[in-house]
Amino acid sequence: MKYLYYPGCSLEGTAREYDAATRAVMTALGAELRDLEDWTCCGASAGEVQGYLLSLVLAARNLALGEGQGVPGDFLVPCSACYLNLRRVEDHVARDKTLLPKINAALQEEGLQYRGLNRVRHLMDVLAKDFKPAEIKAKVKRELTGLKVAPYYGCQALRPYGSYDDPEKPRSMEPLIAALGAQVFSWEMGPKCCGAGLMTTKKEVALELTGAILKAAKGADCIVTICPMCQMNLEAFQGSVSRRQGEPLQLSILYLPQLMGLAFGLSQKEIKLGRNLALTKEFKWKLGA
Amino acid sequence: MTEHPVHETIDPLAAVSQKVLACMQCGTCSGSCANAFAMDLTPRQLWRLAQLGDRETIFQSKTFFVCSACYYCTLRCPRGLLLTEAMSDLKRLATAEGYKHYGQSAHFYRTFMQTVRRYGRVREMEFMNRYFLAMKNPFAPLGFMSLGMKLMLKRKIPLELPKLFGRGRFDKLFRKVEDLEAKP
Repeated sequence: MKYLYYPGCSLEGTAREYDAATRAVMTALGAELRDLEDWTCCGASAGEVQGYLLSLVLAARNLALGEGQGVPGDFLVPCSACYLNLRRVEDHVARDKTLLPKINAALQEEGLQYRGLNRVRHLMDVLAKDFKPAEIKAKVKRELTGLKVAPYYGCQALRPYGSYDDPEKPRSMEPLIAALGAQVFSWEMGPKCCGAGLMTTKKEVALELTGAILKAAKGADCIVTICPMCQMNLEAFQGSVSRRQGEPLQLSILYLPQLMGLAFGLSQKEIKLGRNLALTKEFKWKLGA
Repeated sequence: MTEHPVHETIDPLAAVSQKVLACMQCGTCSGSCANAFAMDLTPRQLWRLAQLGDRETIFQSKTFFVCSACYYCTLRCPRGLLLTEAMSDLKRLATAEGYKHYGQSAHFYRTFMQTVRRYGRVREMEFMNRYFLAMKNPFAPLGFMSLGMKLMLKRKIPLELPKLFGRGRFDKLFRKVEDLEAKP
């Protein structure tokens, strides 16, 4: 299976372990990732605030690039904000007929044209729909027996566009976790918000949200995420969260493909586990055992 | 407070009012909002004010900048209104009109897009440096120092000095979009 890979800015910086693990796991599953050449920022949450058309043009530029590079296949997007922004172009162009000519008038400056030929899909969608749990199980070299994993989906992988799963009660990660030999930690926080960019602009608000998530995960060995923003908010502020909540809330946080990589027998280096900010001693011990 | 520019013929708030015109004040949005506890107006109240065109009350509120775009309200709205988008519209209007009390959030979004305009991609270190510079508050970086250190130690952000001058990768595209947006 071929995919047009759009990593997005975070996967080149703070989330490079997500990038490494995604590439390694997809390759192990026999998929071929073709990097989108000359890709640029999707606009993140700032594009829409600076200018409505600007946000659509920035995202559409990448989609147009993909069409020009002639790769038959879907866009594979691991970052939830990128996924939302790229999907949004298709949705808004369908809703407002005046938009497409405007977007293309702007893209002409770049010698590009957007036509809407490729599907945009989140990594979660691809992992859940394009591979059967049995195929994933077949790649497992080291069952993660006894590991209790809390699946965390966050918002924008599911809402408003994630039609591959229930946006309020998502379950697409569960067969996957089970296929790795691990145990699904049952909780209600999977689709809740981590606070996203508020961690920078309204920190006290975001710390409340991450606090509630970390608290609910007590009893799990780790939380797995599918978004660089969720990962950062859950792993980087555990000290502040613990002080605020008045109890120790230290928990290991991994990207889903990192967990898969561990079960596939990939080395910790291949999935860049050393870059994670929150891995507890107990978790490392369980991995080593 | 900044006056609304006179040359503007269409009130941009009118577009938001239009978006929420069918709101029946059921409050599902407020009940679904994870951040409502930190808002001065609940989303439901905000939509009523938008229907009424009460610009003054709306742009004193910080509610829309407390929205983290989780899309629960949009998902659950029984009228199918695009409420998260309406929140973004308000963020955009508030930023564009330069209200002082929204300075911090406005700086955050503006400096982010400045780095995109320059490089096409976000460089996290440069973006945060620009953001701190724009805030003109010497204490602003303190709250992020421990995170910055952690990220540098993990070699997740490169040490590089921001390039504040010179042409940007996307100057032409950004200008073209500005022209297109200026047309009615």
